[in-house]
Amino acid sequence: MNDAEIRDVVFRALSRVAPEASPATLVPGDPLRDQVDIDSMDFLNFVVALHERLGVDIPEADYAKLGTIDAIVGYLATRLAAKAASALPGA
Amino acid sequence: MPLLGADMEAGTLVEWLKHPGDQVRRGDVIAVVDTQKGAIEIEVYEDGVIERTLVEPGEKVPVGTVLAMIRGAGAGAEAASAASVPATDATGRPPVVPSPSAEARPPAEKPAGGPPPSRASGTEAVRRRTTPVARRAAAELHVDMARVTGTGPEGAVTLDDVERAAKDAQPAEVPQAADRSAAMRAAIAAAMARSKREIPHFYLSTTIDLSRALAWLSAQNAERPVTERVLPFVLLVKAVARALVEVPAFNGFWIDGAFRPGEGVHVGCAIALRGGGLVAPALHDVPGKSPTTLMAELRDLVSRARSGSLRSSELADPTITVTNLGDMGVESTFGVIYPPQVAIVGFGRIAERPWVVEGAVAVRPLVTATLSADHRAADGHRGGLLLAAIDRALLTPEAL
Repeated sequence: MNDAEIRDVVFRALSRVAPEASPATLVPGDPLRDQVDIDSMDFLNFVVALHERLGVDIPEADYAKLGTIDAIVGYLATRLAAKAASALPGA
Repeated sequence: MPLLGADMEAGTLVEWLKHPGDQVRRGDVIAVVDTQKGAIEIEVYEDGVIERTLVEPGEKVPVGTVLAMIRGAGAGAEAASAASVPATDATGRPPVVPSPSAEARPPAEKPAGGPPPSRASGTEAVRRRTTPVARRAAAELHVDMARVTGTGPEGAVTLDDVERAAKDAQPAEVPQAADRSAAMRAAIAAAMARSKREIPHFYLSTTIDLSRALAWLSAQNAERPVTERVLPFVLLVKAVARALVEVPAFNGFWIDGAFRPGEGVHVGCAIALRGGGLVAPALHDVPGKSPTTLMAELRDLVSRARSGSLRSSELADPTITVTNLGDMGVESTFGVIYPPQVAIVGFGRIAERPWVVEGAVAVRPLVTATLSADHRAADGHRGGLLLAAIDRALLTPEAL
């Protein structure tokens, strides 16, 4: 899965908790919570949605790494790569 | 029509989910009512059989109006959603099973806060003339005979009258989103103005060290799948509920010049709605539930509050409200009490700050807890005891 595909998944997960969030208006490098009105319950549901779509585990301790859209995409790409590597036979 | 909060005067019946002849059990959803807070599922307070419905879909009726008659198990017909039952209805027909006890129902069985309707009882003298065929048609078409104008001999209701009434019944008109938003604003304005006009608020605040609670919670969450993680807010709500068991003076209602303790601790959780407005539906019986259970219920509650599908008991039952503006970054919040409740507890942002521990400055996650309380119901001393009890409960998170 490439970054554009991951980005698409992120926006779809985000739109579930914040329907007004639009890829056209969000600045991917700026803090997400400054741009979208989400509370801790929304953020948890967002993380759950990412988990459901991508199958990657996102520990609570990593929430601090998920501040911007760019950071989230980068984090997920790393996690997906790690997951793919560990799934290889003999890895 | 149950009272679903101090700001509600009337509701529009959207649809009946149960119909005459259907068996119902306490807690079953029997109807959907549209209010400023969205479509609310109306639960029944009795076991029994729906005898007849008295309000048609699309009709807007004031709080206290009898919606339906329910024949209780071994008892007479009782009103599903009002505090008293007319001995006979407007048609003059007595309930199928006479129920001398219905008028003398204990207050405990009233829907929370619902004022008794002032419907005059009918008498045998106004017994309505009708025909079996008209009555059968009325049942099939869900037409309330009491509301049909009779054109037959001596005002008898004919089949034609029933069919005309069925045709005239408008489909439920559900307000558009913009109307709803304006209606909710008006309802909040009315309730909050009443609160500030009638309730002599006093305010207390304290700072609570959450390091033990959060350390425990992080360890718990690290072992859980993401779908079962618990938010700190749940621990705060549970701690408030535990404290209310110790200091029950703030758990209940101020009604008719006296404090009425709540039956159980049902914590209303203030939930902001996208597009403005808020609701504070109840998590029921909080002291007896685990954080895991409460978290699952809170998720469900938030999602239903935002999609506009709460249940009547969730809106009518809260014995206190907890508001958590900390998520939005504020340090503290002093809430306005939602009448007829007597208190609202507020939590600000959980933030790491300097804190003196055993003579040395340490960095600790702190939260400001506040209490707004009704001075008619209790004094500041007790309020202090409540905040201290919340603090204490959070020191032993494993017991929450």
